[in-house]
Amino acid sequence: MLAITTNHYLILSFALFSIGLFGVAARRNMITVLMSIELILNSVNLNLIAFSYQLSDLTGQIFAIFTITVAAGEAAVGLGILIALFRLKESTQLDKATELKG
Amino acid sequence: MKNLIWLIPVLPFLGAFLNGVVLRHRVDKRTAAIIACAVTGIAAALAIGIIWDYTNDPAFAGGKPFEHDYYVWMPAGPVHTLAEGAKDFNIPLGFLLDPLSCVMLFVVTFVGFLIHLYSVGYMSHEEGFQRFFTYLNLFMGAMLLLILGNSYAVMFVGWEGVGLCSYLLIGFYYKEEFPPYAGRKAFVVNRIGDFAFVLGLGALVATFGSLKYTEVFEAVRANPALMATAGHLGLTLAGFIALCLFIGACGKSAQIPLFVWLPDAMAGPTPVSALIHAATMVTAGVYMVARSNAIYQLAGGVSMVVAVVGALTAIFAATIGIAQNDIKKVLAYSTVSQLGYMFLAAGLGAYSAAIFHVMTHAFFKALLFLGSGSVIHAMGGEQDMRNMGGLKKHLPHTSRTYFIGALAIAGIPPLAGFFSKDEILHTAAAGGHWILWAVGIVTAALTAVYMFRSYYLTFEGHFRGTHEQEHHLHESPPIMTTPLWILAVGAVLAGLLGIPKMLTFGFLPEDKFGHFLEPVMEAVGEHHAHHVSAGLEWGLLAVALVIAFGGWLLARRLYGGDRGLAADQAFAARVPAVQRTLANKYYVDEIYDATVIRGFWATCRGLFRFDAGFIDGFLVNGARNVTVELLSLSSSLFDKYVVDGLVNGVGKVMSLGGRLFRRVQTGYVSNYALVLAAGMFALVCVFVLMRMR
Repeated sequence: MLAITTNHYLILSFALFSIGLFGVAARRNMITVLMSIELILNSVNLNLIAFSYQLSDLTGQIFAIFTITVAAGEAAVGLGILIALFRLKESTQLDKATELKG
Repeated sequence: MKNLIWLIPVLPFLGAFLNGVVLRHRVDKRTAAIIACAVTGIAAALAIGIIWDYTNDPAFAGGKPFEHDYYVWMPAGPVHTLAEGAKDFNIPLGFLLDPLSCVMLFVVTFVGFLIHLYSVGYMSHEEGFQRFFTYLNLFMGAMLLLILGNSYAVMFVGWEGVGLCSYLLIGFYYKEEFPPYAGRKAFVVNRIGDFAFVLGLGALVATFGSLKYTEVFEAVRANPALMATAGHLGLTLAGFIALCLFIGACGKSAQIPLFVWLPDAMAGPTPVSALIHAATMVTAGVYMVARSNAIYQLAGGVSMVVAVVGALTAIFAATIGIAQNDIKKVLAYSTVSQLGYMFLAAGLGAYSAAIFHVMTHAFFKALLFLGSGSVIHAMGGEQDMRNMGGLKKHLPHTSRTYFIGALAIAGIPPLAGFFSKDEILHTAAAGGHWILWAVGIVTAALTAVYMFRSYYLTFEGHFRGTHEQEHHLHESPPIMTTPLWILAVGAVLAGLLGIPKMLTFGFLPEDKFGHFLEPVMEAVGEHHAHHVSAGLEWGLLAVALVIAFGGWLLARRLYGGDRGLAADQAFAARVPAVQRTLANKYYVDEIYDATVIRGFWATCRGLFRFDAGFIDGFLVNGARNVTVELLSLSSSLFDKYVVDGLVNGVGKVMSLGGRLFRRVQTGYVSNYALVLAAGMFALVCVFVLMRMR
């Protein structure tokens, strides 16, 4: 039986982060982007908890709980923006929202 | 009392200020006349008091001058002088009282006061009465400044002041055409003389660094060698200064060649002719030459010029006087002629004789002019003697006083003119200047003839004017005849101040006048140096007497009774060319017009063309072309391309940068996220790389 080490967590975390980053960069739907951001945040949480476990320091786990809380707020704000955007554009496609184009 | 000397010029100025500025036309003629006469009268009384005080003060015995500087008028700072090297040059405003200024002071205030009184009557029907007395007071103030000033600078202020008043009063009837022209002529001719006068003053400053009489004359006497060094125009320094001052005197005192203004000055009111153009202002030149005797004494050649010019003027004007029909013109040329006598005396070194003649002349010429004014007043403005005649019975006072004046000027003893004229002729003869003496004696004969001609034409025979004029004839009011009589007394008695020694007969005072003036002329050898034998002296006297009486009798024979006009016509018929030349005043005005005035205009036109063509056309417009076409063009190019280019360049760089960097802002959130991630990755790389080192 292969022991699960910190490295494994880190690889998982990296994979999650990469998927999330890909989703943020490549997907057009804003809901998907928000979900990808959640993925990135959770990859960070995983990282924090993995190191907390390895170092036997609970600070990392407490920090992860804080991050989850903030992520919830972030999701609420993100969904609020989403609704505002939908009202404006009748769509959730991010490539329609190009008001900041120079 | 002497300390009140400043009041004498200030009083008339005050009168002029009151009448001319404060009251103007708000007061009636009576008040204006009272003010004008009061200030002059007080000044005259004060002057007599001060002269009395001065002559009786032992501190000033022997003619020591009383001098007081009131304040430094122009502190000019250091100048380089020939006599003393570097020196502080100041012009103080101060007054000087010495025998010479005493004489002038007395004459000016006394005669001036009488003429003021007379003017009240003469001008009573005239417009501009207040203006007249303002000017007259102003004149008195300036004249007193001229004679009382203790330096050439103060004298010059008065000198110009009287010139201004002369101009104003000649042009008094400014609504007519001729008087303003005559006024301008007088002013311009005087400027020519003044130019030389100022040059002379400049030379004095450059030589001595002072204009005060006391300092200048002391320095002149102390430095005869310096005065003999070469000046300008090939003259010695003394000669140059003397010549400049004399040309100034020529202008003011109407000598050849600057006499032309005086006859025209008769366009002014007659009291003005009497006061300014006979008794006082025109003698200022003689006064100035006499005052500068220390300089003239060192300038023998120029003194001779003064004498010759004087003699020539005397005979020249006297011949013109014979052929004039305007009563004032006769008197005007007579004045020029008598001024010539004065310069003849001054040029021969007989300065006290010149001043003596100034004084006697002031009396009898003022008298004659006022008499002619009285006649003109009675004739309603008529001045042509051909339309007069027989006025004796209508104007008894005027005719008698005029006759006395004529006797005095003709040199009939014992009236004033006899003594003063005789002294001048005696000087000429005693100095051996027989030609000048001859000119003088011929002039004396002519003087007697033309004066009595004017008397006989005016007062004797039958009236030749219109019936209306005859009806209007009346003797002048007492305010006019009283001054006439007072002046007549002066004309009779003034000569007794200068009786020559041989006529004293042992009991009369001998030449008091000359002795009185001696301190001022003291350094001068004067004519006392020349002694002639008693026989010759009696001979000269006899000739003078014969000439005077001969002239009188000749005039009486020619012009007495009703023969006057016939005699003139006979003269014109016998020598028409001569008569025409004399009546036209030797065509001097015409000659001046053809040469000086035309030349002046031609020069003016030439200068105008030069101005318009060269200065305006070439220099000014050229400068404009250079600046506008070249400088402003280049400056505009610089502005356009360099300055604006910089400003626009900054803008262009900004705009280009904007155009380039706007592409970064795609507006796609994913792009931003990618950049964010890339930035983070880069930061991590940097962090890691730094840790690895």
